[in-house]
Parts: sequence; C-alpha cells; structure tokens
Amino acid sequence: MTKLSYERPVIKKVETGMPNKFGLRTEYLPMTEIENNKVKDLVKEYGSPLFVISERLIRKNINEAKRAFTDRYPKVQFAWSYKTNYLDSVCKVFHQEGSWAEVVSGFEYDKALKNGVPGKYIIFNGPHKTDEELLKAINNDSLIHIDHLDELYSLMSIAKGCNKKAKVAIRINLDCGIYPMWDRFGFNYENGQAWDALNKIMLNDYLELMGLHCHIGTFILSPMAYSVATSKLIDLSLNLQSKYGHTISYIDLGGGFTSKNTLKGSFLQGVDTNPTINDYADAITSTLINSNIKPENLPTLILESGRALIDDTSFLIGSVIANKRLTSGKRATIIDVGVNILFTSFWYDHKITPAQPFSHFTEDTVLYGPLCMNIDVIRESINLPLLNKGDNLVISNIGAYNMTQWMQFINLRPNIVMIDLQNNVHIVRKRETSETFERSEQTPEHLNKFEL
Amino acid sequence: MKIKNSIAISNTGFIFNPVSGESFTTNQMGVEIINMLKAEMAYESIKDHIMDKYEVESTAFEKDYYDFVSLLKAYLVIELDK
Repeated sequence: MTKLSYERPVIKKVETGMPNKFGLRTEYLPMTEIENNKVKDLVKEYGSPLFVISERLIRKNINEAKRAFTDRYPKVQFAWSYKTNYLDSVCKVFHQEGSWAEVVSGFEYDKALKNGVPGKYIIFNGPHKTDEELLKAINNDSLIHIDHLDELYSLMSIAKGCNKKAKVAIRINLDCGIYPMWDRFGFNYENGQAWDALNKIMLNDYLELMGLHCHIGTFILSPMAYSVATSKLIDLSLNLQSKYGHTISYIDLGGGFTSKNTLKGSFLQGVDTNPTINDYADAITSTLINSNIKPENLPTLILESGRALIDDTSFLIGSVIANKRLTSGKRATIIDVGVNILFTSFWYDHKITPAQPFSHFTEDTVLYGPLCMNIDVIRESINLPLLNKGDNLVISNIGAYNMTQWMQFINLRPNIVMIDLQNNVHIVRKRETSETFERSEQTPEHLNKFEL
Repeated sequence: MKIKNSIAISNTGFIFNPVSGESFTTNQMGVEIINMLKAEMAYESIKDHIMDKYEVESTAFEKDYYDFVSLLKAYLVIELDK
C-alpha cells in the first residue's frame, strides 16, 4: 500500500484583532517549474542555491519598455545599465534587442567593448574615471558623462593632448521633489553649477556637448518626479539653443524606475502599487512633447533603466537546511540562500514560493540564511507553508544587483543558468571553487610552515 | 503526559480550551497525534502508527513530534506529568 504524504504537525493559536501586516500570505500555489524546467531537476543538475535567468522574460521586458516609449515619442534609445547585471549573456540579450551600453567604471567599459559594443554606443557615467580610461573613451568616440569639475578639467586637458574632440554630456542633479535628493552626483541645476559647467564646455575647443543627463534616484514611486526633471533639462537645452545656437542630440533621464518588488515596510504588495513603465513613459514624453523645443530639434530620449527590465526575469532557488523553534515560540527556517548572494533582501520583501505542493496551513516564520552571522536574515516575518529539510523555495524578482553586488563570504558563489527561448538551460556563470580564490592569493614563503 | 480532559477537538482541527477560553487550529497530522495522546498512547506506538501510514523517516518524525508537544505544553493543552 502506498503511504500518504507527510506534513509535520502544527498548532496555531486563533487570535482576533488586527492582522499582521507583514505576515500576509502571498502564495497559494507552489512554483514547481521555471520556464518549463522542473525546479527539482534544476537543483539536481546545477545544485542549490541556483540563480535562474529567463531570456524570454528579458526580451519581453525590453520590448514592452521600448513600445511604451516609442508609442509616445519618436526618438528613443535604451542603454543597458551594466552595473545592474553585467553577466555577458544578459548584456548581449539587451544588445541584441538594440540597447547601447551604460557603464560606470573602466572595468564595465572594457566589458562592453569585449561584448562587441562599438565605442560610440557606450555611455560612460560615474564619478571615477581614470585619465587612461578617459583617453580610451575619447579615442572610441564614446559619450562621456562628466560628474564633477575635476573630471571636466582633466577631460579638457586629455582631449587637447590627443588633439581630438571629446563627445560629452554633464550629469545634472536637481530638485524634483524626491527625497533624498541625489546631489552627490553631477552638477546642481538650481544653484547654477550645471549652467556654469555647460558654459565651460561650450567655450572649449576640445569638448563637444552632445546631451544632458540626470538620474534622480532609485526605485522612484512617483512618475511625476521624472516630469519635473525632464522640464529642468529642457530649460537648460532651450538656454543652450538661445545663447549658443547649440542643439543637443539627446536628453538622458537615467533609470530609477521600480520593479515589481515590494519595499520593506510597504503595506501593500509592490506588484499592485508600483508605477508601470507606461506611467513613467507618459510623464517623461508628454513633458518633452509639450515643451517649447521645436519639433525638428527634439532630442533623442535615452533611458538607462536596469532594475525595471531585469528584476522579474530572474529567480533564486534555495533549499531548506533546518527548522528551529525560537525562544519566543516562533518558527525559524534556515535556508541555503544568504544575504551575501541576496543583497536585495535588505531592501525588499521578496516573493518567496515553495517549490513543492503544500497544504493550506502556514506558520509565521523567520527565514535565516546559512551564514554564521547575525545579520543573515532573508525575511524577518513571512507566512510560509510547513517546510521540511530538503524542500526547495523559489525567490522571485532578484535579477537586479544581486549578481553584481553579491560577495564571496563564508560560502562560495553558486551557478547561474539562463533558460533560452527553447527552454534549454545554459550555465552562464560557473559556481566558484576553492581554486577561484587560490588563483588570486599569494602567501609569503616564511608563512608556509607551522607546527601545531 | 496526556491531553487535558476539558479540551475539545473537532475532526477538522479546531481546538477549544473552555478553561482559558482560548482556541487553536491544527492540521490533520496534529489531529491524529492529539487523538492518540488523548487515548494515552505512548510515543513509540504513535511513531509506529504514523510511520506505517505516512512517508516519513523516524528521525524527522521524532523531531517534529517533540516540537509539536512542546507547543501543546506551551499552550497548556497538555496536562503535565506530576
């Protein structure tokens, strides 16, 4: 006789009063498959934890975003934000879909070149660019977005030295009602720093002003803030036209659009409340179209959106290591996904779904990672079905920043796979081994011998 | 160790303690174990019964059983041994 499936016994006190707003149950069905690949099979083949990226979802997202903007504005160009996820395979999917590269370091710049992006389609942002990197960018006709006066003066001198005009824009910080205001990057609009920098560029023989750039913040929940930012860039653009007769080629609104994640402390789920890409497109393009810029001078609209395009394309599969009962009586579950590979668990209440069938019973659970560190908490409070050792979980919306901001700490970093349009699975980054680290380490000879 | 006589438990897993006025819910496995405890079955007999009927390893059940019993104690559903 076949035995019945086992569920561990559980008892819950019935409590009346206000429901726990952080413990709302989010999942009613298990996530047994990702893009037609069984989660259990993926774990068996590639191990746990495992990052899984869907190529189909990336292409869907970028095409939906392009449609949202091009339906409303004639000249739109997306540039893939390398820092959000610079796995070569991910970058190349975006490049195949027509995205340029937006990089913020020499390392990322070289990555973009190696990925086959022509220099003129690389936007070089960020506060730290070395003289060598600036020279390389000038020679490659890349678009250099100047962050501060020191960089502006360096660039003038380097461009003069190689007798070549550098194609530049400036990054502008401005007040558009968003707190905190990111004034650490670029030149300020309100106090005139930005206009001063633009004058310096316009009066220099070795700099060619191509555009204006701003990036107002991250996970911006108000599309109207982009409208205010756009109107301030338009104001500068009209002043350049009026004073110098100069027409800029593009306005770059950066990124900062939300994904479907839920910010910690939010009462409602992000998927229900966050603005859509259409909301941002509407706010930005209507401001451009309704401005006083003559139709023949309308700039290209560049967008460097990262998170909104990649977050919901990726999943992190983990396994239950153990269940514990805390002194408070609360259930604690330890999984093999730590904050070192799920950095964004500090910001979001990620959607977490068991990968095997479960009953309607749930427990208020704290989810700990495997690190021997007190900060390794994936969720302080989540209502999860009864999980057993060895069960799998799928953490959703993890494509942005985790695969770049992750760190090797205590454990080695796991495999990353991409599922292609035919649902075939490819390893796109191999799991680390001890050799990964031994290759970089060197020990002075006198430390090699010891007796215990 | 036995379930207090005053405790009422339904087949669907609703538990009522008329002394404290508190109520609880438990799953099917919890109902089975509580009923066996009510019948004053020893742990070994409970384990054999569960392992005959369900797909579970002995060590996994032991761990879950004692965790469950500790909660029953905490909720004062169980009469503690004198």
